[in-house]
This record gives sequence, C-alpha cells and structure tokens, in this order.
Amino acid sequence: MMKRPELVCPAGTPAALRTAVDAGADAVYCGMQNATNARNFPGLNFTPEELQASVAYAHDAGTKVLLAVNTFPPAGKFELWRGAVDLGARLGVDAFIVADIGVAEYAARVHPGCRLHLSVQAAASSPEAIRYYCREFGVRRVVLPRILTVPEIRALAAEIPCEIETFIFGNHGLMIEGRCSLTNYVCGLSTNMDGVCSPAADVHYDRAADGSVATRLGAFTIDRFGPAEQAGYPTICKGRYLAPARDEAYYAFEEPVSLNLSALLPALIEAGVDAFKIEGRQRSRAYVRSVVSAFRQAIDQTLAGETPALADLIALTEGQKETEGAFKTKKWR
Amino acid sequence: MTAQLTLGPILFHWSAQDKLDFYARIADEAPVDIVYLGEVVCSKRTPFFEQHYPDVIERLERGGKRVVLSSLSDVTLKRERDMIAALCEIESHEIEINNTAGLLHRSGRAHRIGPLMNVYNECTMRYLAGKGATHFALPVELPRDVAARLATEAAALGAGIEVQVFGRASLALSARCYHARAHGRSKDNCQFVCEQDPDGMPLRTIAGQDFLVVNGVQTLSHSYVNLLGEIEDMQAMGIDHFRLVPHKLDMVAVAEIFADRIAGRIEASEAEAWLAALDIPAPFSNGFWHGIAGGRRVGALPA
Repeated sequence: MMKRPELVCPAGTPAALRTAVDAGADAVYCGMQNATNARNFPGLNFTPEELQASVAYAHDAGTKVLLAVNTFPPAGKFELWRGAVDLGARLGVDAFIVADIGVAEYAARVHPGCRLHLSVQAAASSPEAIRYYCREFGVRRVVLPRILTVPEIRALAAEIPCEIETFIFGNHGLMIEGRCSLTNYVCGLSTNMDGVCSPAADVHYDRAADGSVATRLGAFTIDRFGPAEQAGYPTICKGRYLAPARDEAYYAFEEPVSLNLSALLPALIEAGVDAFKIEGRQRSRAYVRSVVSAFRQAIDQTLAGETPALADLIALTEGQKETEGAFKTKKWR
Repeated sequence: MTAQLTLGPILFHWSAQDKLDFYARIADEAPVDIVYLGEVVCSKRTPFFEQHYPDVIERLERGGKRVVLSSLSDVTLKRERDMIAALCEIESHEIEINNTAGLLHRSGRAHRIGPLMNVYNECTMRYLAGKGATHFALPVELPRDVAARLATEAAALGAGIEVQVFGRASLALSARCYHARAHGRSKDNCQFVCEQDPDGMPLRTIAGQDFLVVNGVQTLSHSYVNLLGEIEDMQAMGIDHFRLVPHKLDMVAVAEIFADRIAGRIEASEAEAWLAALDIPAPFSNGFWHGIAGGRRVGALPA
C-alpha cells in the first residue's frame, strides 16, 4: 500500500486559493503582500484580512494553508518578517515555509506549535544541510531543489528525519535558489531580500522595423524573437546569449521548458516523497484549476494502481515544451 | 582591530602550476594579511591541486600571511559531502564555511562564515555566532545600510566582518555546468574545459553587450566590483576586513593599491588612478553597495 502524498498547490490570490481548494488541493501555499515571500509581485498575495478569510475557507474544506515567509530579511527590516510569522500563527496557518536562519529561529522559538517547512530558497541539497535545519529548528519538511534524480531522492529519504516535498509541475529552474543575485545585478531589486525576480517594471519589449522583438530587462537584452514567434518573458536565466564557443546565440543556462513529472509519480511516491508541489503562484485561476484537478486525479489514480492520464497538461506548459528535468537522469548537469 | 586586507579563494580553474606561481608571488610580495585557500566552486577540480596545499600553506605562512581554508559552496554529491565533512575536522587552521552542510559538522567549534552563505540580518548573525561563528564575509549584494547594521552587530558579538572590495561578483550558482554546456558537454564529461577561461567565459547579450561570465557552475558579473572610493566610509562603520577576489592580472599591484588606501597612505582618487592604470579589461561597478543595480557605478557617497 502506497502512502498518500499531499498535493500542495499555489495560491497567488484569494480567488486562486479557493479555486485550488475546490479542485482538490490537500494544501495551499501563499504569502503576504510584501517582501517576506519570494513571489512579491504587484497584484499577488494576501492582506491580513484576506489571509484570515482564506484560512477559514481552506480549513472548512480540510485543506491546509502553508505560509511562505521564505525570503531573507535584511538587517533593519526583520520586523516585517516577524510580523508575517506572528500573523500566520494568530490566524492558524498549518506551517511556515522559511529559508532564513533568523526567521526559522524566531518561528521555532515563539511559535513552537506551528510546523516549519524548509523552503527551496534555503538550498539544502544534502542530508547534512537538511539535518542541520531539523536539529536546530525542528524543521518537519524540506522542499527539495529541482536538481535531484529519483534514486538520489530515495537515498536522501533514508538519511533525513523529516518529510520530503518535491516540485512536480511548473517552472523548471536550475540555478540554486536563494543564491541568485542576477536580478539585483540588473534591476537593483534583490530576489533574496525583496522577493523579486525579473520585475515587470524593468521589462521592455523592443519591436524592430522587421517585426522582430527584443526582450530586455533593465539595460540588458535577454532574447530576440522573430515576427511570427511569441516573445517570452525576459528572465535572465532563460535568455539567449553569445559565447565564444558558439556560432550563434544559445540558451546559455537552460531552455524555457516546464517541469512535468506526472509520469514519475509512482516512482516518486515509492522513493519516499511525502508531498508534491505545483509551482505557479503567478498563474491564472484557470491554470490553477486545470493543473490541480489533473494532478488530484493523477495521484488518486496512481494510488489506485492505475496509470494516470495527463496529456492535457502539456498545453499549459511554458513554450509548449516540457521536461522531466533533473529527476530522471543526471546527464543534464 | 586594525584593518585587514584579505585574498579570497581562487574561484576559477587555473592550472596547478599557475596557482603555485600565483601563491608564491603573493607570499613574497603582496601586502595581504589573510589568504583563503580552497576550491569553492567545483568539486571535480580538487584533485589537481590537493597535494600542493601543504607547501602553499607553508609558503604563505612563512610570508607572514594567515591561511584560512574555504569550503565548497554546493554540496550535493557523496564526494562533496565527504569533502566538507573532512574540512570541518581540521583544527590546525581556521576554516570558512560556504554551505550549510558544514554547519552540521562544525557547530560549537570556531569557524568563519563565507560570502556564499546567506547572512542578511542580525538575528541570523547572532544565531551563528552563538554556535561558533567568529567571522562573517557578507554576501556581495548587500547594500551599505544593511552592511552597517551587520558591522555594528558583529562588533557587539566580537566577530570579524568582511566585504568584497575588488573582483567579479558571484551572482549565481547552479547544479549545472554552464561551461560544459557551452561546449556541448555535460558536467560528468566536461574535460575541464573551464580551464580555458581563467577569468571566466564571457557571455554577451544578443545586442552585443558585455554582461556576465561563466565559471563552471558559477555565474559572475562581467564588471569588476571596485569599492576603493567607499573604503573610508566602510572603515568608519566598523568593517575591518576587505576582500580581493583573485583574477589573472597583477594582483600584487591590486593588493598594494588597496593596502595603501586602507592605511590612508593615498587618497581615493590616487588609488583609483593606480587601479585604472592596470588596464583591467572590464568596467568597475559598485551598484550593490549603493543599493542600485549591481552592475552600475556611481560616485562615492559623501562621508
């Protein structure tokens, strides 16, 4: 008998939260409307009142609420992070997702009754790093970086005293999260301190006379698209660049593909994964509904010993291309 | 404490002979107080230089330098886990930890915290100091006001505090090797192609702008951080260690310029002129320190 994994779904707004709950999420994750979480985008996230109502809605349906407080407070601004943690505790969220050691220490000390999950932003990619956070702060679950193969996850599960959550669908990033200052180098806003990656205010689409479009972040061109192509959002690590060893511009870091591990569900459950995370707090309600419903069904089918059908999800993936990323093989490294 | 000039670990894959020559000259000629040694970026590179460390350490110490051993920054594979565990058992020298795995092993015993660890606030600093951290090299993206608060906290804790004042800024780390990728290879089959680029492989934008450089799994800025103009302000706020990142240029000359400026023997403008005369093939930047885009350069803040 397979153990039943938790399906953890994105909630960028109160409406998306209700959509995810209704579509069968076991847990939703969300953040406050400020720099305390890693998706600090205009129009996203929750006011205290919205969070209160949303926790009630989720709990009525038996769905857990995980509060992402997963950025790194700069000295002098710690109060904002402390406030997010205190508010979450008062409203009865089911766990904090944290990355900063100071925030973890505060949450563990002041709110020992609330579970701590270690954010992928903490970049804990070895049993020793994970055990450190478990030992020091009583972390109950680690969100693994998207860089481990299934056999590596299985081996890891045997060496750590906490639950494992892995990304299963959405953005496919290979940069070590919580260690990236690319946006700050170009825009003056920090992914770690401000929760911002490629901020929209710095994004430009420069159309040329021939109809081609160059996408730009701040002063730097990130990619160029032909008149017939759809211009992608300029994220530095998804851009095309020139290098001496290449004749033409190439994806120096990674292709703009989406992660889709639906086919690996049984293997991941068997490897010891306790929770599957769908990425995409910035996505629409329609997207959330489709993906959450599809994975709800897929997990239930897998647990029933059936082969899950997930063909519809391909249409939702970025650039219509998808990958099993790191999880199947380590040849990509 | 009197201000200390430090030389960070060599981030790039230089040949063993180049490293030996480099450290021999540093030992004899460079006015640096502390030298950090060790492979921080890629565990695959370590076998090329491992056997030379005892000689290099001895040479540097005879030259009057204090040697600190730096750990890897990405620890995932078995060999990387073993490497950092072994480093954490060293008692003969101070160690600098660049990955949380090291904290599991070393908590309760003295250690330094490297710039690739995330120490952004007083609470994190205080916690780590309570577990044996004696010195904090700050992340390169920290702005002045945050660094000032951390300097105050470090002073209260009796810990050292260090800021990178020269060299390319480390901007990102990855599990994937972008050097191998550029050459159509994988990390396991890289054939150490990163050795071709001793200051990093340039990445230009499609529009032809200089932008980033790749160093294996690490991505750095094209521009060189240069905080010569900010050193007086940094000293006033209590920052007592100033780090140079090694590059393939006359690092003895670089060290002399910074040492003279830190000691107040030359004015900032004169120091800038000396540094400009080295013809470094990239612009300087100080944007991170001033809380704007890291790649930009602005005039020093009035003291």
